[in-house]
Amino acid sequence: MVAPGASLVPLVPQRRVARPWAMLAASVAVAAVLALPLVFLLIEAHGAGVANIGRLIFRPLTGTLLWNTVRLTVVVTACCAVIGIGAAYCVERTDLPGRRVWAVFVVVPLAIPDFVVSFGWASLSPWIQGFHGAVLVMTLAVYPLVYLPVVASLRGADPVQEEVSRALGVGRVRTFLRVTLGQARGAILGGCLLIALMILAEYGAFEILGFQTFTTEIFTEFTIGFSVPAACALSLVLVLLSVLVLGGETAARGQGRTMRAGPMARRMTRRHPLGRAKIPVLCGFALLTVLALGVPVGSCLYWMFARTSAALSGVSVASAAWHTACYSGAAAALSTLMALPLALLAVRHPGRARRLLERSTYLVLAAPGLVIALALSYFSERYADGIGYQSQALLIIAYAVLFFPLALTGVRASVTQAPVTFDEAARALGQRRLAVLRRVTLPIVIPGLAAAFCLVFLSGVTELTATLILIPTGVQTLATQFWAYQQNLSYGQAAPFALVIIAVAAVPSYVMGRWFDRLPKRSEKLS
Amino acid sequence: MRRTAPGKQRKRQAGRRWRAGLAVAAILAAGPMLAACGSAATADSIAITLYSGQHVQTTDSLVSAFEKATGITVNVRSDDEDTLADQIVAEGNRSPADVFFTENSQALEFLQEKGLLAAVAPSTLAETPARYDSPQGDWLGVSARVSVLIYNPSLISKSQLPATVLQMANPKYRGKLALAAGETDFQPVVTSVARTYGQATALSWLAGLKANAAGHMLPDNETLADEVNRGQAAFGLLNQYYWYRLRAEVGTAGTHSQIAFFAPHDPGYVVDISGAAVLKSSKQQAAAEKFLAFLASKQGQEIIGHSISFEYPIASGVTTVQPETPFDQLQPNSITIPELSDGSTAVALLRKAGLL
Repeated sequence: MVAPGASLVPLVPQRRVARPWAMLAASVAVAAVLALPLVFLLIEAHGAGVANIGRLIFRPLTGTLLWNTVRLTVVVTACCAVIGIGAAYCVERTDLPGRRVWAVFVVVPLAIPDFVVSFGWASLSPWIQGFHGAVLVMTLAVYPLVYLPVVASLRGADPVQEEVSRALGVGRVRTFLRVTLGQARGAILGGCLLIALMILAEYGAFEILGFQTFTTEIFTEFTIGFSVPAACALSLVLVLLSVLVLGGETAARGQGRTMRAGPMARRMTRRHPLGRAKIPVLCGFALLTVLALGVPVGSCLYWMFARTSAALSGVSVASAAWHTACYSGAAAALSTLMALPLALLAVRHPGRARRLLERSTYLVLAAPGLVIALALSYFSERYADGIGYQSQALLIIAYAVLFFPLALTGVRASVTQAPVTFDEAARALGQRRLAVLRRVTLPIVIPGLAAAFCLVFLSGVTELTATLILIPTGVQTLATQFWAYQQNLSYGQAAPFALVIIAVAAVPSYVMGRWFDRLPKRSEKLS
Repeated sequence: MRRTAPGKQRKRQAGRRWRAGLAVAAILAAGPMLAACGSAATADSIAITLYSGQHVQTTDSLVSAFEKATGITVNVRSDDEDTLADQIVAEGNRSPADVFFTENSQALEFLQEKGLLAAVAPSTLAETPARYDSPQGDWLGVSARVSVLIYNPSLISKSQLPATVLQMANPKYRGKLALAAGETDFQPVVTSVARTYGQATALSWLAGLKANAAGHMLPDNETLADEVNRGQAAFGLLNQYYWYRLRAEVGTAGTHSQIAFFAPHDPGYVVDISGAAVLKSSKQQAAAEKFLAFLASKQGQEIIGHSISFEYPIASGVTTVQPETPFDQLQPNSITIPELSDGSTAVALLRKAGLL
């Protein structure tokens, strides 16, 4: 029996694959940790009483919030998909001049925290508010989440299918829509999923723009009226929404799997000449860079030199940057490590229950950072005798849990490209399991791991709400110090912190871009 | 298949080993790096932890002066006062907090009802007027603030402003009002309106405010002051010190707004108290009480009166030097601290009106 997902021509006779107990145990442990926030929500909501919860959920405001949240998610996801796919195609498959530079500029906006983007736009013009403001800000802030996986997919895709399609007489546009996009379908859907879930959980940006969604309402419940159970009840509605989003994505993805037969068989895809479209496309990229990168950075620079404020106390930029880098780095390493067993399990030993296990971990992305922080505090208070409360360890675990789905996406994508037949060939040649992992699997998987690390790192650098709760007293990260200054209208002091956040987060963004850039060179050397 | 020269192969292997070694070194270095990250806590001097819901402008100078005077280190944790109150309740008797300093009295009343506050030393309470302290003696009033109207003279003249708080809901102000309904500073005004006119009138008043402030619903009072100053909204309701802080921030040249009071004793003319308390769970009760004593002392109150906080010190004999209306010349509504309670009525009304 051919194991699903393997290439059609097995290199060695199939053996019965033993149950991967170690991986299974590790995966269940990881999924259990990620389920803690949801368990917390259920416990707290139960404590509030069904009648109370019913009253809170079924009021007119909920209808408004639902409508706002749903329409924003749909519109932003659609816009990001269009921009991400368009940019990825232009950079990857056309002869766009200065592609390397554009590739960097397109990815770097991911380094800018959403609340800085929204702060930059809101201070630019009073008309950037409400629904339109939120669409603009969120699209510009998160479109790289679609761009990155699509670029990776386009780069790794086999050009044979497109050539066959053209040879059979299918037009260019139809080939693009059916074959190219079809090959990248998994990546597109994965990116859209991340975007949809992140919008559901976004708070800071919407608070500045005055746009009410479920999450802003949850924060209001937490911060006013001392009603944690009410906020938890609303969070459960949010989790329900994310279950729907996940279900939709699974349905759209279908059973199809794309995998290379092997890196050696890959040829370079020919790049399409842009011709007359070159100038409009270049203008488009320039506009995107100005909007996504120029406005927030420019706004920070403006505030740094425009306002004179009485100096409020706070930590130095260097101290905040050091702490930020430490916490984010540790969390990124932890998150990537946690994602590895789940990804390997899901791809190498698929089964319905295991797939469900893997998908369930995505739910945590819909829980606002505040909920995760409170959940971890609650469990450490109740069951771990308060060890680790307001300690770095708990904060790092919170980051790792918060951004786990981002790591999982990256690790999963790269594990998909390491077929199990290589491992089996190595085992058949006499290598031990661990040696196989070290010499065969890891080298193929490392670029994806690095990308996952970078993605979690730069998400950690820009995290705000969970940090405010869990950070040790007296310590500040770049984001919390920026927020403290911004809340007190001390924009002059806040701006340098925003700029340093962008600088610190831009490094992993650039590294991610370069990692993806390296892949074809390696395969060229091998052939 | 092209074969690579043996020399090149060896070089490539060496390069691979280098990279692998570097990666391992980086991971190993992460451990000590993380340990170095930990904030070094020296146990030489006594240290207390302050959970502060007050603005940094107020706490900064107070904390540094206290540390200099007594040698006790103060670790400050700043956040929204309701979040901190929630945290204190969740932490229970394992709470690391020793002192809780809030912006409004509601959070302290809330904790007092839960029995989490320790009694304040009578000598400290004697420094401030009794009507501004907790009637049960569990928390200390430190500074006062009064609710005012901030307006932009180029968009609305002083005579056109609502003279009473109920008039704010008048349809003639549609599109002119900016409102920060989620601010804890707004709750005392709502409580006061409900106390004077009843809940039904308060609800219709809130509905009127919601209609008037459509398009100008803001998250906090700083943004409100900024918006009115920039001319994006005509007027709004906030506490007096926000305007003075804005003026200190942008200078007289950048100030395009003014403040105005409601009619004397109007329910909208509310004096709200910022207070501090020692937590019952604190392990440093003596040091915490010292901090409270410092806040109520002449030195502490003078710092408040002369700092960029612009709040009113309430100890007898201390006046603000800032060009604010002197505290004893204010004519606020007669609502008392117990009547302001923990703000639950206000929050329920705001929820019902759809503002929260």
